Formats: sequence, structure tokens, C-alpha cells
Amino acid sequence: MNKELIELRVNGRTHEVAVEPSALLLDVLRQELGLTGSKRGCDDSSCGACTVLVDGVAMMSCALLAASCEGQEITTIEGVSEHGSLAAIQKAYGDWGGAQCGYCTPGFIMTVKSLLAENPDPSEAEVRDALSSNLCRCTGYNQMYEAIRSAVDAERKGIAFAK
Amino acid sequence: MTRVNGNFSIIGKPTAMVDAAEKTTGAGKYTDDFSVPGMLVGKILHSPYPHARIKRIDTSRAEKLEGVVAVAIGEDAPNPYGILPVGHDEHALALDKVRYVGDNVACVVAVSEAIAEKALELIDVEYEVLPAYFDPEESMKAETDLIHENKPHNLEKDYHHAFGDPEKGFAEADHIAEARFVSNEVTHAAMEPHSTLASFELDPHTGELGRLTVWSSTQVPYYLQHKLSLVLEMPMQQIRVIKPLVGGGFGGKSEVIPLEIIAAIAARTAKAPVKITYTREEVFWAHRGRPRTIIDLKTGVTNDGRITAVKARVVQDGGAYCSYGVVTILYSGALLGALYDIPNIQYDGYRVLTNKPACGAMRGHGTVNVRFAFESQLDELAAKIGIDSAELRQRNLLQPPCITVNGLRVQSYGLPECIEKTVERSGWKQRKGKLPKGRGLGIACSHYVSGAANSIIRSDMPHSTVNIKIDRDGGVVVYTGASEIGQGSDTMTAQIAAETLGCSLSRVRVIAADTDLTPIDIGSYSSRVTFMAGNATLRAADEVKKRIAAAAGKKMGCAAEDLIFRNDRVFSKNSTGSLSADALADKSVRPTQAEASVSGRVEGQILRGSLQQKRKEEGPKESMTFEEAVVAAIDFHGALTGTGSYAPPQDARGGKHKGAGVGPSPAYSYSAQVAEVSVDEDTGEVTVHKVWAAHDCGRALNPVSVEGQIIGSVWMGMGQALTEEMVWKDGMLMNPGLLEYRSPSSVESPAVEPIIVESVDPEGPFGAKECSEGSLAATIPAIANAIYDAVGVRLHECPFTPERVLAALRAKKNAKALNLTEGVDPTAPVSFREHGGALWFKGKGPERHAMDPARREAPAAGGAD
Repeated sequence: MNKELIELRVNGRTHEVAVEPSALLLDVLRQELGLTGSKRGCDDSSCGACTVLVDGVAMMSCALLAASCEGQEITTIEGVSEHGSLAAIQKAYGDWGGAQCGYCTPGFIMTVKSLLAENPDPSEAEVRDALSSNLCRCTGYNQMYEAIRSAVDAERKGIAFAK
Repeated sequence: MTRVNGNFSIIGKPTAMVDAAEKTTGAGKYTDDFSVPGMLVGKILHSPYPHARIKRIDTSRAEKLEGVVAVAIGEDAPNPYGILPVGHDEHALALDKVRYVGDNVACVVAVSEAIAEKALELIDVEYEVLPAYFDPEESMKAETDLIHENKPHNLEKDYHHAFGDPEKGFAEADHIAEARFVSNEVTHAAMEPHSTLASFELDPHTGELGRLTVWSSTQVPYYLQHKLSLVLEMPMQQIRVIKPLVGGGFGGKSEVIPLEIIAAIAARTAKAPVKITYTREEVFWAHRGRPRTIIDLKTGVTNDGRITAVKARVVQDGGAYCSYGVVTILYSGALLGALYDIPNIQYDGYRVLTNKPACGAMRGHGTVNVRFAFESQLDELAAKIGIDSAELRQRNLLQPPCITVNGLRVQSYGLPECIEKTVERSGWKQRKGKLPKGRGLGIACSHYVSGAANSIIRSDMPHSTVNIKIDRDGGVVVYTGASEIGQGSDTMTAQIAAETLGCSLSRVRVIAADTDLTPIDIGSYSSRVTFMAGNATLRAADEVKKRIAAAAGKKMGCAAEDLIFRNDRVFSKNSTGSLSADALADKSVRPTQAEASVSGRVEGQILRGSLQQKRKEEGPKESMTFEEAVVAAIDFHGALTGTGSYAPPQDARGGKHKGAGVGPSPAYSYSAQVAEVSVDEDTGEVTVHKVWAAHDCGRALNPVSVEGQIIGSVWMGMGQALTEEMVWKDGMLMNPGLLEYRSPSSVESPAVEPIIVESVDPEGPFGAKECSEGSLAATIPAIANAIYDAVGVRLHECPFTPERVLAALRAKKNAKALNLTEGVDPTAPVSFREHGGALWFKGKGPERHAMDPARREAPAAGGAD
């Protein structure tokens, strides 16, 4: 298949990449741009480990064609750390045990980012609902709720760090 | 070596994992995130048949495809291997026979995944299909077409143990319960699919392929190195195995998975680096999960609630290869002991081969399914004799220190406190039996080893060794072979080193799981790391600390034994004044930036006029910074390193009977849980509302991690109890994906209240023992018992799907079971979730559906009864 040149905007920077029309966004991010933070955990969009934000909306990058994302603002886990320091949600995931093996963590953090952008103070039921798009096999999710709660509180107090 | 007392500065404080930022920023690298120049992609051709002889493989068409570099087949590396020394029955790529759908036949190496996939279709394999075995009890009757020629009746291994006098025990019982329990097959489904990258170096002297480096998602780099050496016929020291971050293991990466060896063979054949990453479906085929287990259990109790005897017959559906099977079947029997005081135990265990992917070790290895049966039966007996089920468990406690009837040494024993705490927190006494209809509470207990006292490769060598290097920069580097797989191994290592040396956590760097750099550790499985690698770390840190103390004592004019290491300082416990022990214990007097960064050799210039300088002029110092002490020690000794190792003590290694090697552990963790559930009587759906889980982990080195492990175990147990099941039909996995294999999502997951119980083990590092597996086994029976409390049905088969719960509810009312497949397919087998039953592959057994592709081909010749 012939490759075509596309322009992808990822984490605020523009990249020119040559991709096959069938190339998935996940593969282009990981293999062409070296952004390996987004993970592949399944083959059928069931695990959410590849979640990125496309124009602020959480999307599974394994179910998007890279070529279809031209002109859209893509944010990956690598674009979450703010000004060289951990974002409140990243710090909180570490402090509260929200990440164990860490493989699903980037996807969860992107999902949480999208949730909090829409709903800055979600109830636990709303958090559970939002997280159900992603799978984790280590944590049983409980400590993630604590992490999210703590990040929300930190944000509300206007503190960049959760602790 | 154990520290049991004292106030700690790092141990016991909730600490973010040392690699947390790598994981939350996406910077951390897992195996599939690596690539090396010239790297090619490997794809494996899998068998479409559950049991067949390979008559011919023709790879020529595939090799001619543009972009294909090489195709490897079984003959390229014919040596057999297996994780257990008694089970070398696997080949990286099949030699003559395939034994399950998904067995490995050939590997294509190509420039891209798409080309490799295309090439797989161009490999011509001629199979002679053989009759296959899918049900363990049928498989045990086999006379012909054996799965492995040297295993009559497809029996991998059977054990028959009797401890005490079971006959007499049952004669003394006032009540005996007897039932069959079935626990269906589950798998780890770790979020990271297995991945391996193998790369050869060219030897500068011979000009040929030389050393091999393998990056792999493994829990045990050292075993991988060992098996690679065996199969590739290379010396171990020419093979370097590096374990990057691992995205969850749960036992699924605790043995050598075919792709790990295939990648190395492929790299050798292609003469280029090769990476293979499994698809999710391949992960399900690689499996090595918890086997379907049939348990015939009989328990006797007296009227006052004392257990007099237990008899268990356990049949495990082990799949096509040995894997860890011999160990699994032994754990199932051995861990009937060491939880309660059971004077008489009879155990008959059968590990059976079938034509399905091999089962292996999974979280709670061997004990989980039998624990489900035992704790359910205990509940039944409690109801029979009219004793509260928590109380019944309390009447059968061990009196440690003791040796159980089957030879297990028990020292620390937090079970009584675990039961007490869960009963109290869950409001058991006030609420049990008083909840509205359809809602109930159930209790169950469990335990697990803190590492096996005997390694699978029998030897007296240490199970863990740790090296520590401290240099004049004041940095502490710990080299450990222990594998971080998300459980917090690296953090535990750093914590123990920092606590022992009295330095801050940030000073410690852990270099782990790289066979070239780190001393051998037998890996992350059977919850051994904290206990064994932790003890080795403690010993290494102690050794290096002694050397620092000898030099620092000289400088400070006091005995080395009188020195205290704390908060990045070394001071004498006899010192008085402003730098007293109390003041130093306070974090507020941590060394300033200038003090911390200064080297002892130039201290005079930089610290001139400072308090220390003034004191130095007055005589011996009362305290030194960590750097000063380190520099003094390097001055004194020439270099500063320490080594520690751990081997379990002889008296913890168990009895002398055949199979006694499995089960003994230097320490056992204990768990008690109460689950609250509700059951919808119309749909059979079970909802778990909350689980209170008390776990005796000896000492919680990092409480946030311990709680995470308890919650994670309970949650995984709940998955096995309610939704997770590998569904088979004629050796085909019906649900090889994360949508169909129902791992609970956040909306289906209950609140878990972890309760840490600290029994402070006399041999654990700082008293610590296991915390990552033991809780899992209690969850399934706690839920089963809660279902009984809610709706009065006793479930004997897990998972407790709506279908099974509804069937049990209808049976209780003497109503006909609903057949959900009725009218769907008249030729379908009698039950929807069947496991092959007595069906034979291809043309044997009941006639197939008209649309079944198997009907379009002529039935294979040959056969068996």
C-alpha cells in the first residue's frame, strides 16, 4: 500500500509522517513518533490502554486511523506533565497506589483528564462510570478513586501538587 | 537478621513507588516499547487442531514473499524444555505433534507485521488429525493416542497422601459433609501482552553470532536465561536477560512462555534482532492459568465444632504440557494444612493432560480452588451443628509455633486477629442473618506461602542474593535479581536498604533483574520477594553498614556498635547536647544542601566556620553526614560494597514424604474476609457490595502497597467467583478476548476495605511476610457463603454466573432448570457451557450443526474408543 504524507498535531507539536492509509493512530504514535506511553493491551478496543485525547475527547487510538486525525489536536500521556512537573492526577496516582504495574495507567489518566475537563467535581458513581471504558488487572480500581478524589481536591485548592 | 522492634523512619510509611512517575508519565519502557536498529518482526503460526501429527511443513512459498527474512520451524531448535526439571515436555516450535489449538508450529520473521501475517498463510502444513481429549476425567481413561507417549492414561502426576489417621478422624466426627465442587478455568489476563526482543552480537574474535541479549516480559529472568541456554545450546553466561517494566504477571510470566524462546531462535535464524509481541488472543492461548479443578471433598466435625478429618480428591485439567502442574497439584493438597488445626488429612491429587493450552501458576497457586471447596463445606457444617461460622473457624485455630500434621512449620499466625477484625468491621454479629431477603453476609479465611522453602531446581544455593555498592558520591546502588512486576519489588528493596543505612529513599537506586548486572534471584512468584530478596537486602545493607560504622567509629572516637544511622547522618547514641538522638530523629534537622553535597575530603574548606568545623577542632565529632561517613569508610577499607543472601532455614523445608517439597515456606500469611452480596432471584445475578478483608502480612513495609495488593487480590478473586471463565468447545477457546473473558470493570467492582494485621514474623525482614496472593483464595468462598446467606442455595461450581445461580434457585424450588440453549441448535451438546465433555474432535460424538465447518470436511481416519 502506498504511504501518504500527513500532518499530525501531537502534544502541541506538528509532525509530518508518511503513513499507510490503514495505519492506526496508536501504531503511528508508538512506532513513528516514539511516543510509547500509549499502550496496546488488546486487539478489539476493549481495554482502553491506548486512550488519547482527540480535541479534548478521550478516544481509543487503536480504533482511529492516523490519517483521519489530521487537523485535530491529539494529546497523549507524554503531553500531560505540566511544565516539567507531574500533573496533580499523576502525582496522586503515585501517592495513592492508583498504578501498580502501570501498563493501563496512561489510558486511565487520559480518561480521567477527559472526565475532569467535563465534570471537575465528579461523584464516585460518575468516576466509576467514566473509568469503565478502561481495564485494570492489578488494583481493583479502589485506590484509583482515592487518587482521583485527592487530585480533584488538590486542583480545587489551586495546588499543583496533590501532597 | 530480623528487625522486629524500633521506630522506623521509612519502613511502615506509605510511600509512592520508586517507579511511580515513570508509570504515570508514560516514560517507563515495557518490552514492546523497545526497538533496536535493524529489528524485524516475528509472527507465530499456531496449530488449528487440538491434537495432530505434523506430517510435512513446507515454508518455501512463505520464504519467497518479498519482505520475509526467515522462517523458523521446530527442527531449528529441537531440544525439549519445561519450567520444572521433571517436566521437560515442550518444544519452542512443534517437532512432530501439536497438542492444543494454538500450539506453536513455525515463526515467520519479516520486515513488517503485515508481511509476516501474510507469510503465515503461505506456510503449508500437512496434519494427521488425532483423537483429542478435553475433559480430564475422560482423558484419564485414555489407552491410545496419548498426548505424551510417556504419560500413560494422560496422567501427568498423581499423589496420594495420608497424614494422621483419616479413618479414625472420620469415625470421631459427629457430622460429616461430602460434596463435589468444580472451579472452572481462569487466566491471568495481565494488561501487558507477552513480548520478547532478542538480539545477537557479533563476536569480535570469531566474527560469528556471539552473545545474545533478550528483553522480555518475564517474572523470572534467571529461569529464562537457563531455558534459553538449554534450547539454544549456548552457555548461560553468553545470554543476557533484561527485564524491563512488566505490565502485570500474576504467574502468567513466571515460566518460560513459547515466544520467549521462539524470538531467540528466530533472531538466530534471521541473523537480525527480532521482536515478537503476542496479540491478546495469543496471550489466551499461551495461558498457564489456573486449571479447571474438580474437588471431591469430605470433612468431619464434632458437635462442639472441632474439625476431625479432611479428605480431598482433586483432579486438575492441566492442558497439554506439564508446566508448573506437578507443583500446582501438590500445593492443592499441602495447603489444606497450616490454616486451621486439622489432625487428619487424606489427599489424592491427579494432574491430568488434555488437549488444551497448558495451565500453570496463577496468583494463589494451587490453593484457591480447594480453599473455595473447603471454606464452603465448613460453612455448611457450621449451619448443620448450629455454630456461627466465624466462631467455628475460631475453634479450629492452630497454636503456633507448631508443625502441622503435614510437616509445615508455622510461626507468626495472625489469623485470630484477622477474623476478629473482619467480624468487628463488617458488623457481622449484629447483621448476619438479619439483612433483608436476597442480601447476605459470608465469611471465609485463607493463607499463602511467603515464598517456597524449596526451589524448583533443587539446591542448597541461596534463593536471593543482593549486592550493594556505595561510592564517594554518597549514592547507594542496590543490585538485585528480584523482578518488579508492579507489586512494588524495587520500592521494597529501596525501603529496606534506606531504613538499614539510615539514609533517605532518594539516595538509593535499585538496579534490578538484569542477568549481567544483578546476582541471581529465583524471581517473582509464590510471593517470595519481600521475604527472601528483602532479607538478602537487609543482610547486604547490614554488611555495608558495619563497614561504614567501623570507619565512622574511629573518626568519632566511639565504638562502632554505639553508632546510629538515621536521616542521612551517623551519630553516637551516647552523644549529648543539641545533636542528641531525639533531635536527629526529627526530619527538620536533615542535612542542608551544602552539607549533603560536600565530600569529606574537602570538608575543611567548604564547612569552615560551620558548627561541624568548630566541633572538629574541639576533638572527635559527635556526628557525621552520610557522605562523610562513606568517605571515611572508603578511606579506611579501600572500597565499600556489601553482599547478602537468603536461603530458607532447614527446619522450614518440610517433611520427608514424596512431594513434601511443595507447601513448606518460612512463613505464611493469613487472611479473613467478610463479603456482603445481594442476589436477584429473578435473574440469578449476584452483586458484591463490599468486602472487608483483613490480611496478616507480618509487617506492612509500605502500607499503601500492602492495601493495594489486598484489594487487588480480593478483586481478582471476585472475578473468578462471578464472571471469569475460559469457555471451551472441542478444544477451541470460545472467549479469547477481554470483551468476552469478563474481567470486572469499575462499575462491577465493589468497595474493598483492606485491614492490615501485623503479626511481625520472627524471620521476615522487619517482620514482613506475604501480602500479594493470600487474600485471593478467601474471596470466592466468602461470596459463595454470602450467597447462601442471601438466598439459601449452596453453589458448588464457580464462577457463580446468573445461569448457575438461577439453576440452583430453581432446583431448590423443584422447578425445571431453564435451558438457555433450548431451540437454538438442535444438535448442540446438552449444556451450553460444556468443556468438551466426552466429545471427540472431528466427526466423533454428537452430530454437528449443519453450519459447522467441521462438517464440510470428511471425518478424519483413525480413532479411539
